[in-house]
Amino acid sequence: MSDMSYVRSEMLPERAPPASSVGFVGWMRQNLFNGIVNSILTIVSLVLIAMVAMAIVPWIFSPTWNGTSQNDCREIIGAGHHAACWGVINDRWEQLLFGFYPNGTEGDTTDQRWRPIVAFALLFVAVTPVLFSMISRRMNWVLLLAVLGLTGLYLGGAAGMILGLALLAGAAFVGFKALSTDKDARAAEIEAGAKRLPNPLIFSAIFPFIAPWLLWGGSIWLPVGAALGFVIGYFAYSILSKIVGSLAGIILAVVASIVWWLFLTGGFASLMDAILPIGLEPVESRKFGGFMLSITIGVVAIACSLPIGIVLALGRQSDLMIVKALCVGFIEFIRGVPLITLLFVASTLLNIFMPPGTNFDIILRVLIMVTLFASAYMAEVIRGGLAALPRGQYEAADALGLDYWKAQRLIIMPQALKISIPGIVSTFIGVFKDTVLVSIIGLLDPLGLSNAIRADQAWNGLVWELYGFIALLFFVFCFSMSRYSMYLERRLRTDHR
Amino acid sequence: MSSITLDHHADRSKMAVSDEVAIEIRNMNKWYGSFHVLRDIDLTVYQGERIVIAGPSGSGKSTLIRCINRLEEHQEGQIIVDGTELTSDLKNVDKVRSEVGMVFQHFNLFPHLTILENCTLAPIWVRKEPRKEAEARAMHFLEKVKIPEQAHKYPGMLSGGQQQRVAIARSLCMMPRIMLFDEPTSALDPEMIKEVLETMVELAEEGMTMLCVTHEMGFAKEVANRVIFMDAGQIVEQNEPEEFFNNPQSERTKLFLSQIL
Repeated sequence: MSDMSYVRSEMLPERAPPASSVGFVGWMRQNLFNGIVNSILTIVSLVLIAMVAMAIVPWIFSPTWNGTSQNDCREIIGAGHHAACWGVINDRWEQLLFGFYPNGTEGDTTDQRWRPIVAFALLFVAVTPVLFSMISRRMNWVLLLAVLGLTGLYLGGAAGMILGLALLAGAAFVGFKALSTDKDARAAEIEAGAKRLPNPLIFSAIFPFIAPWLLWGGSIWLPVGAALGFVIGYFAYSILSKIVGSLAGIILAVVASIVWWLFLTGGFASLMDAILPIGLEPVESRKFGGFMLSITIGVVAIACSLPIGIVLALGRQSDLMIVKALCVGFIEFIRGVPLITLLFVASTLLNIFMPPGTNFDIILRVLIMVTLFASAYMAEVIRGGLAALPRGQYEAADALGLDYWKAQRLIIMPQALKISIPGIVSTFIGVFKDTVLVSIIGLLDPLGLSNAIRADQAWNGLVWELYGFIALLFFVFCFSMSRYSMYLERRLRTDHR
Repeated sequence: MSSITLDHHADRSKMAVSDEVAIEIRNMNKWYGSFHVLRDIDLTVYQGERIVIAGPSGSGKSTLIRCINRLEEHQEGQIIVDGTELTSDLKNVDKVRSEVGMVFQHFNLFPHLTILENCTLAPIWVRKEPRKEAEARAMHFLEKVKIPEQAHKYPGMLSGGQQQRVAIARSLCMMPRIMLFDEPTSALDPEMIKEVLETMVELAEEGMTMLCVTHEMGFAKEVANRVIFMDAGQIVEQNEPEEFFNNPQSERTKLFLSQIL
């Protein structure tokens, strides 16, 4: 045995990594040419990709945008070549977006398509404060004022012009102030007592009442009445809960709201209509179609399925036997049945159970079915998140004296939902894509419309162009959701930052 | 088993025990299914006492202190905390929980909240305190456990010892009259055990009533005014620490002490 003892006399300084492992060359080496077999695979893959691209790219870039029919396209491309005929998209894209929503071409109708456009612009304004915390309050109000201002300008007329310009000026003013004062200065102003702008979530809460009114039209007093139901429920709860206790207060408030909606809203709306008739031209559900329909169904199902799914997941974990049995039964039933079956039930069977003469809107029926379907899946995804939480989190919340609902809201759900984000967004994407199934019950979603378009003599038999365009639009939506979920996961990460 | 020596010697003169009863447990029994975990527990804890509960694993010592804030439900007998009896009435349970703080083996901090938010959550939502007040008190206690500079970090960025001290501060923010410690140092590295124990010694010196399940016998000798030895769900022996360690009475205690000391 030689001498085993060793003492380091000085600590080693940090050194840069070798040049071959960093930078572009290092990346190529590690990822593409890491050994002989991998290098060969890389080259073969690149050749394959190039071959596919060479076949597809010329097909896509064909100068047929202005073609008026399939034959016209063929003449433009020239005999013997095979290329896309984009004229069909140019001719029919409005129909793919709006279906048969009145565009002023039929009889005495006027162009109403500004309404879905405004509704979706407002949807964008309404979801930004929910989705992005880094967008300031002021920028949200700028967005809202700008959308409303542009709508005013579009609608025209003296009032519309003046209102539109005023709103745009307001947007410009708020936007200018937001850009000219920095964050810390603004924080100091607020600290010193400056008034904050109202929370933009107020608009997000009002939006669900505005959107259906814009899309379906009719009297404004119906959505106002529906919103009043929530106000009534809120006041009923805040007054009654002090007298009869919180649980009984909730039940009575719900009863009060339901009574209002079922028996009094109709009277209220017709009364107000007589006094002050404000309304939009009504549009029937069967005129809805295209991506407008897909987005409507998708957004409603997504927005409603998350809260319902949370409640179902909690119910499934509950100690209360009956609540648990109901939730498990519901979830398992819905998951055990194909969506198409539920849609058929919505389109045909439900009418049998309704009193004769009731006209229960077909889109509303579909919305309910798709939402219930999505909720059941959502509940299971969230249950997975709940199961992943350590028991210690529940115990710590209990030990601090938080009651069940507070613990769920402040401790359990924020963590469970965070864990479930990938699953939740997958479910969202699935629901959004499933909206094309409504074509089976005769609603004209983009796929249903593409059949109608192909039936036209001019575009007979065009498949790739239409499906490609529809696929592209779906991809834009689904890919955005997917990227958003990744952004959200990054933002919510709290370990080792 | 513990080789941790504390630099800071506890000043026992500051630790006064009053004759006001803090916790009264009478003839309490508990079963997990058909397994009888706690058998005829009788225990009276006075305000200001520091009690260390020792015993082999599975002896029911954690279950006992978890019954005191009703993380576990007992089936027979009475537990009265600060004059409130623990029954299935949730109001009583909430009242007891707001007066009894608890520190867990695995800290159980809320990973999605910052340190400061961890400390202010319960005061704001349970005690309905204004945010400013709650934050000021949280900072006070974070300074006391010597980590005010970490207030805006997340628990995942702290070491185990720091996390446990945050957990202690979080409990203190609810201004509890009684603190329960469930093996607070068992999940920590030796270097970190010391910083947590020293925090607990300081707490004892301020007169906090403490029940502590621990294997740190150094801490028991330094701080406790009573050591309880449990085995097989029963209190086998209890005594002042000096008597307990130097002159154990029962065979079971002697065996236990010979194995861990």
